Amino acid sequence: MASKINWLKYASPQSFYPLAGRMAPWFFAAAALLTGYGLYISFFVAPTDFQQGEVYRIIFIHVPSAWMSMFLYVVMAFWAGVGLAFNTRLSSMMASAVAPTGALMTFIALWSGALWGKPTWGAWWVWDARLTSELILLFLYFGFISLQAAIDDPRRADKAGAVLALVGVVNVPIIYFSVQWWNTLHQGASVSLTRSPSMATTMIIGMLIMALAFWMYSIAAILVRVRAIVLEREHHADWVKTLGSAER
Amino acid sequence: MKWHSIGEFIAMGGYGFYVWASYALAAALIALEVILVIRRHRAARRNLDEADPARVKN
Repeated sequence: MASKINWLKYASPQSFYPLAGRMAPWFFAAAALLTGYGLYISFFVAPTDFQQGEVYRIIFIHVPSAWMSMFLYVVMAFWAGVGLAFNTRLSSMMASAVAPTGALMTFIALWSGALWGKPTWGAWWVWDARLTSELILLFLYFGFISLQAAIDDPRRADKAGAVLALVGVVNVPIIYFSVQWWNTLHQGASVSLTRSPSMATTMIIGMLIMALAFWMYSIAAILVRVRAIVLEREHHADWVKTLGSAER
Repeated sequence: MKWHSIGEFIAMGGYGFYVWASYALAAALIALEVILVIRRHRAARRNLDEADPARVKN
């Protein structure tokens, strides 16, 4: 008989805490290896862009960070929503752990975008649909973090944050489709599931490896942060008190 | 290899400032986040030890 893993077991902070501690170093290692390989392709294998020259190499952090900024928001809203609906402690802690990394990715996307916009469009910033909705995403992350910080009772902070996160999720499709819905300065998607990519293959590969690296990094950072949050919130619990020093 | 010298690599076809400023900030912020999350976890562990010093030994 095939043995069945009880995944729901890991829904409790008590069993997830040591698991997260064992997984985090592997994700950090995967992120470091992928970043090394991705940067090698980005700077030494991918050709010069025939229109933009070398400045296009910003794409290798700009697009992965922009993807992560949107994806992490959906992950944050999902966990916040699960926490709100089922009152599961770990879900809300996950939502709180995702927010700072999501804000970081949003900031990197905006910053690298400004440094790309100046030489190609002649402006650091324009109030374009894509840029404005990405800036709103940054404010949504900041709003979530500061709202939670402003409420002393963690359970109430989780609920208020969840409402904000769920309302703000409408912004994600707006960012994604903004280049189609409005006439924007920002270029359209370079990679799409429905048509062949408009870039050289090595450029695409470099971008996807960097995206995978950002993914691994985000998971690692979030796992360490959720461990900190678990200890901060559950320090009175019996299981924390009996946790051996090796497991911590 | 497409670059003929280190100087040419750093210059990035005249766009060195834009390219390296993007990468430098991303690297700095990611390094800062790593330090901050590890410190936050350590601080949480330290608080447990201070609340119950006997437990450090087990």
